[in-house]
Amino acid sequence: MRIVANYKHYKELNEEVVQAIKNGAAQLTLEDVNGQRFIADCLKGKLKIDIYGTPGNDLGMFMDGPTVTVFGNAQDGVGNTMSSGKIIIHGDGRDIVGHSMRGGKIFVRGDVGYRVGIHMKTYKSNVPIIVAGGRAGDFLGEYMAGGIIIILGMHNTAKKTEILGDWVATGQHGGAIYVRGEVDDSKLGNGAAQFPMTADDEMTVKKVLTEYCRVFGLGLDSVFETDFTKIAPVSHRPYAALYTCE
Amino acid sequence: MCSILGIVNASGKLFSASSIIEGITLMNERCNGLGGGFAAYGLYPEYKEYYALHILLKDFEQKDRVEEMLKEHVDIYKDEEIETRNVQGISQDYLPWRFFVDVPERYAHDADNYIIDLSMKINDTGNALVISSGKNMGVFKAIGYPDQVAKLYKLEKYEAYMWLAHGRYPTNTRGWWGGAHPFSILDCSIVHNGEITSYGTNRRFLELYGYKCSYFTDSEVLAYLWDLLVRRHKLPIDVASEVLAPPFWEQIERMPGEKRRIIEALRITYGPAMVNGPFGIVIANSTGLTGVAGNGTMVGLSDRIKLRPLVCAQKDDYTFMASEESAIKAVCKNPDIVWAPGAGKPTVATVTGDV
Repeated sequence: MRIVANYKHYKELNEEVVQAIKNGAAQLTLEDVNGQRFIADCLKGKLKIDIYGTPGNDLGMFMDGPTVTVFGNAQDGVGNTMSSGKIIIHGDGRDIVGHSMRGGKIFVRGDVGYRVGIHMKTYKSNVPIIVAGGRAGDFLGEYMAGGIIIILGMHNTAKKTEILGDWVATGQHGGAIYVRGEVDDSKLGNGAAQFPMTADDEMTVKKVLTEYCRVFGLGLDSVFETDFTKIAPVSHRPYAALYTCE
Repeated sequence: MCSILGIVNASGKLFSASSIIEGITLMNERCNGLGGGFAAYGLYPEYKEYYALHILLKDFEQKDRVEEMLKEHVDIYKDEEIETRNVQGISQDYLPWRFFVDVPERYAHDADNYIIDLSMKINDTGNALVISSGKNMGVFKAIGYPDQVAKLYKLEKYEAYMWLAHGRYPTNTRGWWGGAHPFSILDCSIVHNGEITSYGTNRRFLELYGYKCSYFTDSEVLAYLWDLLVRRHKLPIDVASEVLAPPFWEQIERMPGEKRRIIEALRITYGPAMVNGPFGIVIANSTGLTGVAGNGTMVGLSDRIKLRPLVCAQKDDYTFMASEESAIKAVCKNPDIVWAPGAGKPTVATVTGDV
């Protein structure tokens, strides 16, 4: 089913999407999307939604199951508190990608912005995963409580910017961040440190990236030409000393 | 909240208001109708030798009083009401008027500062507000959504080579005509998304240099800080940006020697000019700045930890700076390049053509 978003207000567009699903559509193509917020929010089940254009803020918020593919860049807050499903972005993601995410996958081909994966957590057997093919801005994985973030630093042909911003994993107390290449300790925020890659880590990264590379048609071998660095918390309670009342 | 958008043509080619209106309107979700405004550069080519004062007046009586006051200080070449039309939802709280004025010969050596002093004096009277005072440019603002404000001021009649637009969502102070953006001083205008927690410190610092804040809202200090840093103290744009959004001390410690000494000196000299709190801003100047060739600049800047969005794009000789990429795409479907500038790092677009 095809819906042309054009200049529709997000309320109208999202109501059409919900109505189409109620009528039994399992595959939707949204064309000429530009700035409409809250697309695919709260949707459940095995749906497939392709988006052409630039979807607005909070794409896929609270989403539980669908696969959303964006042929373009996304705006702020992709996958905010999503539970399960997949969001694939063929361009760049902006700030707070995967904010408070607790399950599912977000694959971004290009760069991501600031505070990506802030507050993401593992919930029961759900392990949220974010992969960015380009670079990430400051405060990557801030207060991260669980899940996996992988930053590849590819497509950076101009080599103008570093793969990571500053204060990576500030206040992290769970989960792991894998970065393709070396990381200077000065990049890390309080509470996080570099750890050697274990066999389990290698397996996890390989499994996730096999799917990632398949999605974007990238060669897996070229991704693994460079070794990965693991960043993880040094403590499960980095701010315990801040509280006087135990 | 709040929406910001700037569009500039590097060749100085004039273009209609339709694109800036369309772009800012797309972000109406970011504002609540309690303030909208525009700044336009290249408006008055036939009067470009004169300072164009855009003044919001309470009524015609007030207009006569302001005119008296102006006559004491400057030569009025021409004055007229800024045309408006009735727009449903906007109450005409003010009477907008424009005066083209010249500074008397004996003050000509310091004309810019003379105009600023005069503007602040008029603002001080209450009931009259100088909302812009540069040459060949002007600000239009009111209560309302940006598209309503554009209708109110008949913006479709104007052309400019550089436009700024703002949609307001007041959070800490009331919505009123003066509190709408852009904030402007001489040829410098600024639109801001965010809130300035250092307002008190910035305001007291600016008072030492003769700036008076009279708009009851935080964003006003940004225009005066920029004027002080780039026009009066002649700091290059990247240095002025380091003052407004300085690196953290732990980052400064990692800098190479020379750069570290410069940044330390800036932090010591301009500590109270640091802008704390979240901000995304776009600033426009119609005169060349230190280190910038050309006739105008548009600068986009966010706070040092990127608590507000800012996206830029280029298409041929147009540069766009906006809160959201979709606002740019609304007026330029296929930009040559789209990017998100880093926190605290200025994006600069210059006008090199004749204006």
